[in-house]
Amino acid sequence: MSAPVLELRDVSRVHGSGDTAVHALRGVTLSVGARELVAVMGPSGSGKSTLLQLAGGLDAPTSGNVLVEGTDLAALSKRDLAAVRRRSVGYVFQDLNLIPALTAVENVMLPRELDGVRSRAARAEALTALEEVGVADLADRFPDEMSGGQQQRTAIARALVGPRRLVLADEPTGALDSQTGEAVLRLLRARCDAGSSGVLVTHEARHAAWADRVVFLRDGTMIDETGYATPVEALLGERR
Amino acid sequence: MSIRHGLLALLERGPRYGYQLRSEFESATGTTWPLNVGQVYTTLARLERDGLVRPVGEADADGRVTYLITDTGRAEVASWFATPVQRADRPRDELAIKLALALTTPGVDIRAVVQTQRTATLRSLQDLTRLKVRAGEDDHAWLLVLEAMIFQAEAEVRWLDHCESRLARLGRLEPITEQAPVPTRAREDAR
Ligand SMILES: Nc1ncnc2c1ncn2[C@@H]1O[C@H](COP(=O)(O)OP(=O)(O)OP(=O)(O)O)[C@@H](O)[C@H]1O
Ligand SMILES: [Mg+2]
Repeated sequence: MSAPVLELRDVSRVHGSGDTAVHALRGVTLSVGARELVAVMGPSGSGKSTLLQLAGGLDAPTSGNVLVEGTDLAALSKRDLAAVRRRSVGYVFQDLNLIPALTAVENVMLPRELDGVRSRAARAEALTALEEVGVADLADRFPDEMSGGQQQRTAIARALVGPRRLVLADEPTGALDSQTGEAVLRLLRARCDAGSSGVLVTHEARHAAWADRVVFLRDGTMIDETGYATPVEALLGERR
Repeated sequence: MSIRHGLLALLERGPRYGYQLRSEFESATGTTWPLNVGQVYTTLARLERDGLVRPVGEADADGRVTYLITDTGRAEVASWFATPVQRADRPRDELAIKLALALTTPGVDIRAVVQTQRTATLRSLQDLTRLKVRAGEDDHAWLLVLEAMIFQAEAEVRWLDHCESRLARLGRLEPITEQAPVPTRAREDAR
């Protein structure tokens, strides 16, 4: 197997210090390979978003290391880190983070344009991504002119646009009905099957089940995981 | 699952013999509930006794008997489809019983019991999801059955989450300690 796309090595994150210190994550080790989708489940406050933010370089660990495509994020300059975040990582935020002053298609184009892709090409890519999540017809609307689920799909398109190798999604199906939620999971799954890696935080077991592995967090600690799923051929074999 | 009603529903589509019923039942439900041919014949015998089906003529050269649904049988099928399945008709929920006992049995780590179940149920959800991805888009009957199992498994996980957070709020997640006098051997073990 090739080197992992994402690696967390004994990662901890403590907010504050002394009596008021919050141990958001404690000694988590996780490695996600190419073509692999890992789901993270756990109760509210268990550290799921923290894990994802560390993986995406949006936050830095108190101890331990985070490596994306073999590079330790701590070793990067601010500028290089920003470049990794734009080029290698697609991020779906729990609270979406769409830019209100930009239309849907402009929101999706932004990371590509920042990466130096010409406007026309970026727009075409963005429209394809919006098409994939089923909101291409809303490309010229502003976020506040869209429903929660439509905004969510736009945020997903923004994370999937371009050749990102690592997609990190924090509750990407929260505002979606079951059909649309499933469509998003199919998309993530297809992206991973095509060679990317993904980490998906979700409360919904039905969605976590699309992953190759499901890991469970509690109070910042990884307490269990499902291991790799049985190959489907073996399942079909058992049924006969 | 009522094999009886399953077979009657198939016979409503037209006369069939036992082996045919078995394979149609399995293909309609995606081999979720494998039937052996013996079950099919005992069920047919009871249906015949109750006047819901009747054999057509004699056995053919291969010894196969074709069965036909009667009017009473048709009425039974109609009423089966019209009646909701009662939760109480399902087998006792072993998991609920296990958790209830875990809560009151000294020394049992209920949190571990919950997590063990959660992981196992997620594993079967993963299996079901992979089967669903593999299933043909127009294999409606099989997809319907798979999705029923998927939603049931999901409900189980939600219920486990719910139990865990409620017990956490009540401070009932730590194993209770023995209240009755401790037998001597256990006391020695504890030292
Ligand atoms: N900036 C911060 N300062 C102090 N504590 C924080 C901060 N950010 C997060 N925490 C704490 O860290 C813990 C983990 O938070 P995190 O957001 O990772 O949880 P989560 O698993 O994503 O929860 P949810 O399911 O509610 O989104 C929580 O106890 C939270 O209160
Ligand atoms: Mg969160």
